[in-house]
Amino acid sequence: MTEHAQMKSIWYLVGLMLLAMGAVITVAGIVQYLDPESVHTVLSELHPSLWWGLIMLASGALFAVAGKNRMR
Amino acid sequence: MSTIHLSFLDWLIIGIYFAFVLGIGFYLKKFTRSQEDFFLAGRKNSSWVAGLAFLSANLGALELLGMTGNTFKYGMYVAHFYWIGAIPAMLFLGIYMMPFYFSSKIHSVPGYLKLRFDEKTRVLNGIAFAVMTLLVSGINLYAMALVLHTFLGWNWDVSMWASALTVAVYVSLSGLMSAIFTEIIQFFLIWFGLFLVSLLGIVEIGGLDKLYSMVPHAFGTLWSTSGNPADNGMLVSWGGIVIGLGFVLSFGYWTTDFLVVQRAFSAKDLRSARLTPITASFFKMCVPFLVIVPGLVAYILSKDPSKGFALLSDGGQLNYDSTLPLLIARYYPTGLVGLGVTALLAGFMAGQAGNVSAFNTVWTYDIYRSVIKKDASDAHLLWMGRAATIVGILLSLVTAYWARTFPSIMDYMQAIFSWVNAPLFATMLLGMFFKRITSAGAFWGLLAGMVSSVTLFLAVKFMWINPASITFSSVTSDMAANFWRAWWAWLICFITTIAISFFTAPKPDAELVGLVKGLTPNPDSSAMALYKRPEFIAVIALIVLVVLNIYFW
Repeated sequence: MTEHAQMKSIWYLVGLMLLAMGAVITVAGIVQYLDPESVHTVLSELHPSLWWGLIMLASGALFAVAGKNRMR
Repeated sequence: MSTIHLSFLDWLIIGIYFAFVLGIGFYLKKFTRSQEDFFLAGRKNSSWVAGLAFLSANLGALELLGMTGNTFKYGMYVAHFYWIGAIPAMLFLGIYMMPFYFSSKIHSVPGYLKLRFDEKTRVLNGIAFAVMTLLVSGINLYAMALVLHTFLGWNWDVSMWASALTVAVYVSLSGLMSAIFTEIIQFFLIWFGLFLVSLLGIVEIGGLDKLYSMVPHAFGTLWSTSGNPADNGMLVSWGGIVIGLGFVLSFGYWTTDFLVVQRAFSAKDLRSARLTPITASFFKMCVPFLVIVPGLVAYILSKDPSKGFALLSDGGQLNYDSTLPLLIARYYPTGLVGLGVTALLAGFMAGQAGNVSAFNTVWTYDIYRSVIKKDASDAHLLWMGRAATIVGILLSLVTAYWARTFPSIMDYMQAIFSWVNAPLFATMLLGMFFKRITSAGAFWGLLAGMVSSVTLFLAVKFMWINPASITFSSVTSDMAANFWRAWWAWLICFITTIAISFFTAPKPDAELVGLVKGLTPNPDSSAMALYKRPEFIAVIALIVLVVLNIYFW
């Protein structure tokens, strides 16, 4: 197998990045959910950090799993 | 005082981004063994990878900020830049032009000019492109530092040098491959980082229907106010939109600008290369959901004093570029703010990487190997590509400092594209479709087009001529002048090229095989399933484009 064949796919790397960032945003969302008084942005009652972080985690997991054994 | 405040978690998101792009540069270095790997990413990419990179190379943060601000100013008319101002050209590139580009195995667009015409036409375009790329790259760098300083309060020099050095490291390590990888990461960051602004904006306004009912009629339409330039804020008629933007500027940029076309050259085969701009066209049609919706939301909020939303102003003038950062500050709590800022940073840095990777290729192949060292080895060209990356970044920094002392250079950025790309599109069109066009015709036509574009720009700028004489309207604007000047540059190049070609000898047919229509076999898609054929997918894209234009008429 050549070195090119072993290169991780870009989709896998995108998945890892979304997982890492999604985790940080989800943690922020949980903290904000537990302490809503600390958030002063418009529509904060919708807890955007929490569900957007979870969407990023799910998307990241999907890309990481789907891209793990693929070439670019 | 800054608009957006960052906490530890926001900095952590930004840190993750920097770690990823630098990590990717180091990771990909071991796969970058030859000049083919460095300059063309090994020609191994799928149409999805090349297509997203093709789109992302154009989707810079400056554009996102500027177009959201323009929507606040002009309304939905701005969508012309994403639909008629892009899609037909992208489909034309994929269906008609890519077979000539890809089959000739060239490394750059000027490389095609060398094969089809001669060395001097290649060098003329190569030098013009290299200068344009460095100017645009430097201006982008300056704009990035300005945005980070204005909205985040970051130090001007530190933000510029940090991002420039990061780009220099990962592009010099693995060339186009790392530029493409980071462009795809940028694509996802922009969607995840900015689409939520649109969603929350729609929620706050009360739905899409309510949003359209709350903006003036001219703000929610594409064509119904184009009959009279005075009826739309942009002061551009349908003629300027169709001929200037939709034909010359759009085709000039999307089919000949090496910055975007280089991504298609990295595709693994002809079908993937043809699908690269066609795949990108679907995503391009979605970009208005990132820029138009926030622009309209901001417009509505600014009209209601109870919402407490107002754009920043500089010396009494509204700063339209502040639209998107202010919406991020309005809706995004800690964590999401970091994501939004990272999306903008990624847009700036990927744009920088795209410019530098295009510059190092054109410099290495079309200037250095063509003029200075014709017998350069593979290893030497690889070394030169890395050196050109570093030098290109340093020259971009010089341009950025120049732009800082001369802010009106920003105004010239759109104009720069029409100096180089508009006439080049005429040369390419004639060269690819008519074998009678000669090398002398191409060279002098291209030169005449470029000189006339610069001359017209200066003539309008310094009022040597009345702008109405080139825009066919007494009501006009800088944007209308840009559109029409591109048309005149294209036409002058087109006519000059044909006229000189009639009086000079063409190349023999044998030298034009694979380069000109009629002497090149048409790509045969008949063995493929219908849904896999580039032509079929392009027709779908065209139908979507027509439907969008009718719906928002």
